[in-house]
Amino acid sequence: MNTIIALSGVVIKEMYRRKDFYVLFVLTALITLVLGAVNFFNDDRIVKYLKEVCLLLIWISSLVIAIGTAARQIPAERENRTIFPLLAKPVSRWQVILGKFFGCWLACGLCLVVFYVFFLLLSGTREHQWPVLQYLQTFGLHWSLLAIVVGLVLLGSVVLTAPSSNATISFIVVLGILFVGRHLNTVALQQPEPLSTIVYTIYFLIPHLEWFDVRDLVIYGQRLVGWGDCLLAMAYAGVYTALLLGVSWVAFRRKALNL
Amino acid sequence: MKKAAPIYWLLLLVACAFTLGTILQPRTASWSPRAEAGSLLKVMLGDGRSLFADYFARKADVSYHGGYYPSIFDRTKAPKDTRHMTAGEGEGEKGHDHEEAVGGSEGHEEHGQDDHHADAHEEAMSFLGPPKDIFDRFGRRFMITEHAHLEGGDAREILPWLKVAADLDPHRIETYTVASFWLRTRLGKTKEAEEFLRAGWKENPDSFEILSELGSVYYKNLKETARARNVWELALKKWDAQEPGKKEPDKLGRLQILDNLAMLEEAEGNHAKAIEYLKLAKEASPNPGAIQGHIDELSAKVK
Repeated sequence: MNTIIALSGVVIKEMYRRKDFYVLFVLTALITLVLGAVNFFNDDRIVKYLKEVCLLLIWISSLVIAIGTAARQIPAERENRTIFPLLAKPVSRWQVILGKFFGCWLACGLCLVVFYVFFLLLSGTREHQWPVLQYLQTFGLHWSLLAIVVGLVLLGSVVLTAPSSNATISFIVVLGILFVGRHLNTVALQQPEPLSTIVYTIYFLIPHLEWFDVRDLVIYGQRLVGWGDCLLAMAYAGVYTALLLGVSWVAFRRKALNL
Repeated sequence: MKKAAPIYWLLLLVACAFTLGTILQPRTASWSPRAEAGSLLKVMLGDGRSLFADYFARKADVSYHGGYYPSIFDRTKAPKDTRHMTAGEGEGEKGHDHEEAVGGSEGHEEHGQDDHHADAHEEAMSFLGPPKDIFDRFGRRFMITEHAHLEGGDAREILPWLKVAADLDPHRIETYTVASFWLRTRLGKTKEAEEFLRAGWKENPDSFEILSELGSVYYKNLKETARARNVWELALKKWDAQEPGKKEPDKLGRLQILDNLAMLEEAEGNHAKAIEYLKLAKEASPNPGAIQGHIDELSAKVK
């Protein structure tokens, strides 16, 4: 356990030494604040567009951070040849995978906290409402989604050779699931056999990342998601993450580390 | 012969480039409509702006429905225009009784048609249907699944999207009329509504829709009868000049202008003039019986 914590610590330190988060946060804050200063028909109570833009930027930033960070972990260790002394400590390969995963996930969580505190302050000062519970729920679901994303990218970093191709493919897969995942069943029903069965099988197999996207509920001030449903979704994310990490470990165990 | 230093050759080339630039610049202006650009957006996006404008107008519609809106996969069932954004809302102010009497309402619809439109809209927005599988059922717990419209002051939330849509495509007339409707009826921002409509009129000088809405601002909100009459009469002229030749003329648009003019003249005591407009409205109305009843009522007063 200590090994995993130590490995995670290294990833988190790397995160705050790099400029990625700062740049993305400043950009998000700047764009949101500039948009907030725009005058629409002399009405200063218009706020939903601002929440929508801010949340969109937070989501984009979080995906960039998660995918960017996770994609370079193992390839960087191999490229710098630090993977050999690391494994000679001795640290087992599953500890490397878990350490890297927890490091990336916790680092994403820390970034998300900063983003959501900014969002809470922004919407609270404009709307004069503080739906902390809802934001907490949104944060929890968002962070759970990032666990799956980090797991997916770590698997990619073991299977694919270059971090750039891994990051690109991961982005396409994640965005594809977010945009189309929910509708694959509708698409499947409109297809002839056997395409219908194939598409429906894909629908059941892919991790349904779109469940974790409750931005609309926040933007339009809708109900809270049931806490039971929230926990179930988080458990779903946990199972998928474990599965992805398991596959990553199997692939990593068999992988020759020489360049 | 002494060779010229390279610097002189470079200076000569710069001078040639500058001269050619001064000759070509005015000519290039006529090569592409982009050269007439008035704004940065126009230069950057060109005609693609209208696509973005449609996107932002749809965002306004999404906002109006509180986030419950069909996706691209349900698009066949999606609302085709933004008319439902003002249909059936009414204004809750003087003049509405008259509109009811003649069968019109602010939503540009006959009452029977208004109900029909509301039903059709409700049907179009029930795009989700029953859950198809267990994942679908579970996934719906994380999304908005109830059809609702923004009410009262919340309607202000659609305005930024409409403003952006108008900036991107100044010839999208609905954008101006819908924004003005909400500004003057729900948010009490008559001045802003008038300014926005005037900006739209400047871009679309032949639009009877904008003039019709502008007349409503003058008559129903600013109580400026003379200006409202002038604007509505101009709107009627514009309609008569443009629409009759079309395959599907906007009869409801004409009906609304005539209805407004009749209401104005009746309120001013010009019953004969009001009857004249009502007779024209009767020809275009899908509910002529109600209008005839009102004509009879006014005719009795004239006698």
